[in-house]
Amino acid sequence: MNKSEDYSDILGTYLFDKRACAKGYALNLFCMSLMKEENRRRFLANEDAYLDLYTLTATQRSAVLDRNWLKMVQEGGNICYVAKLGATSGLSMEELAASMSGMSKDDYRKMMLSGGRPIEGNRSKAEQQVLVGSGRI
Amino acid sequence: MARIVAGVGCSHVHAIGDAIDLGKTEDEYWHRLFEGFKRSKELMSELRPDLLIGVFNDHGSAMPLQYIPTFSLGVAAEFKPADEGWGARQVPIVKGDPEFAWYLAEALILDEFDMTIINEMVVDHGLTVPLSLMFGPAKEWPCPVIPLCVNALTYPSPTGKRCFDLGRAIRKAVAAYAPDLRIVILGTGGMSHQIHGERSGLINSVWDKRFLDRLSSDPLELASIPLLEYVRETGAEGIEMVMWLIMRGALNDEVEEAYRFYHVPASNTAVGNIILMNRGSSG
Repeated sequence: MNKSEDYSDILGTYLFDKRACAKGYALNLFCMSLMKEENRRRFLANEDAYLDLYTLTATQRSAVLDRNWLKMVQEGGNICYVAKLGATSGLSMEELAASMSGMSKDDYRKMMLSGGRPIEGNRSKAEQQVLVGSGRI
Repeated sequence: MARIVAGVGCSHVHAIGDAIDLGKTEDEYWHRLFEGFKRSKELMSELRPDLLIGVFNDHGSAMPLQYIPTFSLGVAAEFKPADEGWGARQVPIVKGDPEFAWYLAEALILDEFDMTIINEMVVDHGLTVPLSLMFGPAKEWPCPVIPLCVNALTYPSPTGKRCFDLGRAIRKAVAAYAPDLRIVILGTGGMSHQIHGERSGLINSVWDKRFLDRLSSDPLELASIPLLEYVRETGAEGIEMVMWLIMRGALNDEVEEAYRFYHVPASNTAVGNIILMNRGSSG
């Protein structure tokens, strides 16, 4: 059996598990509604009024209004649903990923073109501490 | 009798669909990737499949959160491309084969794989991008495609072992289907990628290449990889690679690797493609 403790040590990763699924349910339903052009138009015309249709928490609501992608994921958003809001906002998946990792679009693309974010030091908090401690990263 | 002639593993990246649809395949960023898929297209046209089983995961396009089926099979006559927020891809409608799909659904359920049956569904880039990569631009896809949808969004997805065993059940069901069909099974998704959180952009090429190496020779070892190893080593969304094991399980024990291609990056993702020809007995 996997328990959430078995993966909570993975840095910068918010597995869409039972907790996230429950926490982000309304947020993800809102995002999914943006698969229809008519809904995208309605949302963009009056974001506050459109969001009133969904029972988001105050944190989720401000994350949506601020287009804070990382916060949405932390508050239970699944990236595949959140991506519908990204699309509605005119952004690509690459731009969303860059934003969530706190990088500029250009720096993120450069990192990907040079082979991506390395696995070394990114497996777990413990591994990162060891590598940092030994001066290897 | 029907028989599976080959299995294909192929990543499905939304941005690859955009590059095709917006005519960017010759751009510097994309050129090498599309060069790599030229040989795949040639091999597919040599294989002349009568039918394709397309294993993919929906990305919240057809599957709402109200219900989350682990394995589901599309039995409709057609499946339209999904609007994933950027507008629907202008690619052909996927034509199914209700007779075969219902046969397969029944056979799998009676073989104790509890498939969800889908009468109506749009298909997103998870299926349409690999079809574009394998068949190229087309007015119609060259053969019917049966969508086999796997939950890879909500953790846990089915285990690698369960996926491999489902593949074996597909192999058995196909072997007992009377019409003379040449079938190719397509396993999509992966390879290493994480598209959320601060760890976005994670790529583990060493792990990916070992996965490709063992797909022919040691699939049982791959089937024993725990889900969390995919998450930790290949990125949270790398878990999609369990779908390649459905493809592998549907092939004979002996296969011949006809082609392999691996490329980083496509947007946030390591792209892999492998074509495995069936060898030996189909028992």
